[in-house]
Amino acid sequence: MSVKDASQGPLISAKGLRKEYGAFTAVDGIDFHVNKGESFGFLGPNGAGKSTTMRIIAATLTRTAGEITVLGKDPEKSGPEIRAHLGVVPQQDNLDNSLTVEDNLYVYGRYFGLSKKYIRTKIEELLTFAQLEEKRGVKVEALSGGMKRRLTIARALVSEPEILMLDEPTTGLDPQARHILWDRLFRLKEQGVTLLITTHYMDEAEQLCDRLIVMDKGKIMAEDSPAGLIKKYSTKEVLEVRFGSDRNAQYSDQLRAMCERIEVLPDRVLMYSDDCEELLHQVVLAGLAPTTSLVRRSSLEDVFLRLTGRTLVE
Amino acid sequence: MATKEFTRKGSLQIVDVPKVLRNGSFYIAQARIANMLQWKWSIIGEAIANPMFYLLSVGIGIGKFVNSHQAKGIDGVKYLVFLAPALLASACIIGASNAVMHPTLEGFKWNKNFFAMNSTPISARQIANGVLLSAVARALFGTIIYYLALLLFGGVNGLHSLWLLPATIFSAAAFAAMMLGFCAAIENSDLLMNIVNRLLIMPLFLFSGTFYSLSTMPKFLQFIGWLSPLWHATEIGRWISYGHHISALGISIHFAYMSIMLVSGLLFSHHHFKRRLSK
Repeated sequence: MSVKDASQGPLISAKGLRKEYGAFTAVDGIDFHVNKGESFGFLGPNGAGKSTTMRIIAATLTRTAGEITVLGKDPEKSGPEIRAHLGVVPQQDNLDNSLTVEDNLYVYGRYFGLSKKYIRTKIEELLTFAQLEEKRGVKVEALSGGMKRRLTIARALVSEPEILMLDEPTTGLDPQARHILWDRLFRLKEQGVTLLITTHYMDEAEQLCDRLIVMDKGKIMAEDSPAGLIKKYSTKEVLEVRFGSDRNAQYSDQLRAMCERIEVLPDRVLMYSDDCEELLHQVVLAGLAPTTSLVRRSSLEDVFLRLTGRTLVE
Repeated sequence: MATKEFTRKGSLQIVDVPKVLRNGSFYIAQARIANMLQWKWSIIGEAIANPMFYLLSVGIGIGKFVNSHQAKGIDGVKYLVFLAPALLASACIIGASNAVMHPTLEGFKWNKNFFAMNSTPISARQIANGVLLSAVARALFGTIIYYLALLLFGGVNGLHSLWLLPATIFSAAAFAAMMLGFCAAIENSDLLMNIVNRLLIMPLFLFSGTFYSLSTMPKFLQFIGWLSPLWHATEIGRWISYGHHISALGISIHFAYMSIMLVSGLLFSHHHFKRRLSK
């Protein structure tokens, strides 16, 4: 019996999923499903329960309560059968530092029972994909952070997984390395690979996810596409104004009266409106002269702020 | 920009899960052995130097002294012949135990690659079995070299002495299985090293009848030897090598003891590997 054919409904489906560590509840009864070919995200700050959820899906952590099926099977009962079809990119790279780039891919492929001949051919594709052709004979310890990350992703692809799971794929990478990585992930998405991504970067979630859940303290706060979430929980635009740290709060009542909603942060005030150029005009007319002002489109950061009263990256 | 693209079939087509369920332990052992081969020259050097040092110093040096005071030798044979099975067993047991300790600390703690292995169809149990298998393979290599050195120095002789190899490897596997469990159970690596080196390896080596017969020790110290797989292995080794007298019941007890150690060590390891990988 092989795992369920992916065309018959969601690849992953969870109901009332819960994980407790003693008195601490890491995942607090969440429901979600992931469809084939979808790029699905878990967005939330550190400690929101994203990685815990990922490990339960990846059949390497037991749940305390609730139901979950991955590829039609229960991860607690069919761990190896499920893991055979997952590509896992953990938050911290766990490559074998003493082996070369090429050998890391080879050894990992063997763990899936793949033939030597198949892996040797696949390695060529993966090295190209990860832009590591010239590093093939280099030991992993000599690679940069971005290269290690790409190698970890390439390693996860050696078995051509149905679902690629990426836990904070670009944390700790410089902007250029992040963009290279996003580009690689786009290509996979185009090939129909189902992506499961956790991130606390709203730009990453917006770039990569078709649909996402916003998590905080183990609970799901909202679920939709990035655009859908922004539409539902924020205005089209945001005006950011700074008056100096002691005056931001002082003007808040006046500013609140001018628009739908404001958020007073320690260093700036966010004003929500569908036409922020007009709003800025009003602010100036009212005789409040901000030291700096910026009009931008609403983002998932604003959604998170609205839902939890906190910023994502603190 | 390179445009080579994936020709994707998908894991449902290419991954043979029953095959991994059958062979996973061997895949892990293969990977471990490939890793060891990076240090093949130091492994070979150590395998040769270790018996040479012992045989030259203890076997010949102390042997000369002992033989000159004991006209009939010890246990009816020359000191080197008496000592040889014990040296072989201790080298093999310590070798196998070191070969499980390092990769286990590395796999759980230093570079966490057990977690990488466990994100494939490979199970916690297979990782434990694979590490043990590779350690036994390495110990077998060291033991063969040691055996050849003993042949060269006259510590063993005759075709029948080849039986020392499987008997010794069996005892090393039993002890290494237990060590594997310890390494997985104790998460503080400094504490682990201290316990192993001070409380296990040293007394094991000194109180297992290695250098003199256990029966010459006071009774209250003899129990350390009874617990020690090294003593059981040494007794069997002496029986194989020069016909040291043991009753049939005695032999059965020695083998039973090591079999129990092997099985319980494996169960203990499986439990703690599973626990740590699913925390």
